[in-house]
Amino acid sequence: MRALTYSPDLADIRFGCGLSPVLAPPRDAQALLDGVLGPDTMAGRFPIESFETFNTRVQGLRDARAALRKAGTQETRKARREVIRKISRAANNARADWAARTLLRWTHTETGFRERLVAFWADHFTTVGKSALLRYANSAFVESAIRPHVGGTFPEMLIAATTHPVMLDYLDQTASVGPNSPAAARRERLSGMNENLAREVMELHTLGVDGPYTQQDVREFAELLTGLTYRPDRGLAYLQGWAEPGAETVLGKTYGAEPRLAHIHEALTDLALHPSTADHIARKLAVHFVNDDPDPDLVAHLSARYRASGGDLPQVYAALLEHPAAWAPRLSKVKPPLDFMGSALRALGVAEAAVSGLDFPAFRLTFFVPMSLMGQPWKSPSGPDGWPEEEAAWITPQSLSARLRWAMAVPQTLCDGLPDPRDFVGQALGGFATEPVRFAASAAESRSEAIGLVLCSPAFQRR
Amino acid sequence: MTRSTLSRRAFLARSALLGCSAAASPLMTPVSLAAAPWDTRVVVIILRGGMDGLDALRPYGDPDFAALRPGLAAARDPALDLAGGFGLHPALSGLMPLWAQGELGFVQAVSTPYRDKRSHFDGQDMLEAGTETLGSGQEGWLNRMLQQMPGVEAETAYAVGRGEMKVLLGPADVADWTPDAALRMSPQALQLAELMMEEDPAFHAALSEAVALSDDGSGIMAAEQSMTRDMRAALRGAPHVKIAEFVAERLRGETRVAAFSLIGWDTHRQQERSLGASLERLTQTLLTLREASGPQVWGKTAVVAMTEFGRTVRMNGTGGTDHGTGGAMVLSGGAIRGGRVLGDWPGLAEADLYERRDLMPTGDVRASAAWILRAATGLDRQVMESLVFPGLDMGRDPGLML
Repeated sequence: MRALTYSPDLADIRFGCGLSPVLAPPRDAQALLDGVLGPDTMAGRFPIESFETFNTRVQGLRDARAALRKAGTQETRKARREVIRKISRAANNARADWAARTLLRWTHTETGFRERLVAFWADHFTTVGKSALLRYANSAFVESAIRPHVGGTFPEMLIAATTHPVMLDYLDQTASVGPNSPAAARRERLSGMNENLAREVMELHTLGVDGPYTQQDVREFAELLTGLTYRPDRGLAYLQGWAEPGAETVLGKTYGAEPRLAHIHEALTDLALHPSTADHIARKLAVHFVNDDPDPDLVAHLSARYRASGGDLPQVYAALLEHPAAWAPRLSKVKPPLDFMGSALRALGVAEAAVSGLDFPAFRLTFFVPMSLMGQPWKSPSGPDGWPEEEAAWITPQSLSARLRWAMAVPQTLCDGLPDPRDFVGQALGGFATEPVRFAASAAESRSEAIGLVLCSPAFQRR
Repeated sequence: MTRSTLSRRAFLARSALLGCSAAASPLMTPVSLAAAPWDTRVVVIILRGGMDGLDALRPYGDPDFAALRPGLAAARDPALDLAGGFGLHPALSGLMPLWAQGELGFVQAVSTPYRDKRSHFDGQDMLEAGTETLGSGQEGWLNRMLQQMPGVEAETAYAVGRGEMKVLLGPADVADWTPDAALRMSPQALQLAELMMEEDPAFHAALSEAVALSDDGSGIMAAEQSMTRDMRAALRGAPHVKIAEFVAERLRGETRVAAFSLIGWDTHRQQERSLGASLERLTQTLLTLREASGPQVWGKTAVVAMTEFGRTVRMNGTGGTDHGTGGAMVLSGGAIRGGRVLGDWPGLAEADLYERRDLMPTGDVRASAAWILRAATGLDRQVMESLVFPGLDMGRDPGLML
């Protein structure tokens, strides 16, 4: 079962951010894996705000609103409204900086597998903040709750993601109060309990929709989660007065009678280590990296390693990389729009300043609008199940049209002179270049159209 | 997500008809006589932001209206009076001929079951999900309707425009397209792209379909293309007219359901200016749909324009209105029985308001939508109430359709 068919080009295309004209692909599967465990140089070179920093924006907004309420004169009210508007606009515009740095990480990384895993797990734990500024906090969520854990264990990542303020906001946990809690008795909150987070943790994040849980499990798990909420001044908060008193039984195991955050961690760890979770995660990894309809043996191999290692992610990745099915030479998966753009910038060797120098309106026209047209508006999937995997979702007339337009128009604005299209075929596709692509690159009337054609070739859009 | 390319069969049929080049595509497809699953066309327009129903359709006949909206009462124009004491906003005056012909109607004082928090996002999610409560399920009522219909193909339903249309989201096949994504490249580049895609049938089918969809009459082939310039133009221009033209064109073919959004209804300040512009766009959209679909297709079309909630009955301090509850729904098309303002008017006296601030909703927007879908598709009431809008009581048939 050694990776007999390992190929460096395939490693960068399938498991990394694509081929680069300046950065060599990993020598072997071990090097690919080591990249995930080594120092995170991209996070340091292209920093994205942590949630702790982002939270100071939320505090600033809260203070500004309090000041507005106290404002007496028309003039102070006007000035303070302006302050509020500025805070909101700054967070909105900062999204472009974070998106730019995400793309730059793809362009310049030597450990592309890490960026791919961050994207995979960020999608697994999809969050779209809902209230006020938190709707701009998705990048910060990924930076704080996902990225540090991609080389760790799944139980740790599950706890970090589930108890994160942006997740609590997204899945309505911030409004969930135990029906028999002291807070409910005082009628502090009338909204009652909300099962959303409990259900999605079981259905999407751990056991899977076919997993062995019942509505009763969801209900008791939701009761166990009451008390978990978010306070801008504290971040994650556990309010005992909101928690449902008494023990809760989830999947046959009973968690302590006294409400405590530790019981929530314990239940999450048990869910993470459940065999159904192993199967669910194994299948998702195989679907994401290898094939929409993955080899059952590959899935079984990943699941077995997950169980044996207690969800130790590097060991699970190693199982993926050592399986022959992972190295099937046919490129089967279609890159989603963001990955398409990231790998295009990488293939073109776009310089840092060309992307980071764009102001918000320019960045919007160059990236955000085309991303939406391609069907993947930045950080805005339609539900907690994240972006689709199946190729039919991405190969649509509109998406392909938008890819062609972007690929023909944008590279010339970001590159200091486009490469010779004939060289670019090899640069972008390596051993996966085909005759029709070579011909298209040499026969196109203009360099920009030739580059666009290479980037839109099926061989570049797949991995 | 269910966005898909054309089915292989539909694609081959189209290729045979049009050839693979845009040049062969006629400017306007003839009205299709082929076997689409049903004949009536349904267009759903989501008015995002919360349209002020009291300003769009002014209840001049209500004794309390003049005190709540003195500016509007003073500006009453008898030429825009409709039935039952209601009058149109001046920006809707272009629709008077439709009213006269029974192709325009309204339902007043309606809402979704959403209450109290008045969030745009939740309100729109409820409106598009068509459910009793806010769930995490991401399935729209139009998609659930499609799931009940036999013979739905990739072109039966279209989500049009750049934003996501959750009302169409779900397992049934739905196509999507936005006119500002139209292909622009040289004829040679297009030929090379087609050659290159031949290696990959899925990409090749999508490209051929994109070529066919891109031909809006101005031609795909631009000698010199600049995406950013095109996009700037698209951002500035009149995308609603392009969308309406595209939808009309599809309705002449196999498409039976289309949904798109109009934005610009969140009129917290200077409503006089901002609402007028939005209603003007709605007018242009409806007139374009009517004009471009042609009398035969327009005669079989029902357009439903709905919003996530109405607005406060009183003006706020900045010449606008804030998020409210009960609102108005606009119906248009040759298939509707227009010329009427429907709905159970609750009155505007303080005691009749919802939470003393909003128009009291007396009807459910889903019931009107359900009756229209039922008339268009022939689906049973029981299917509408259990599967398309689970838990809805459609009430008495208001006879919305001819």
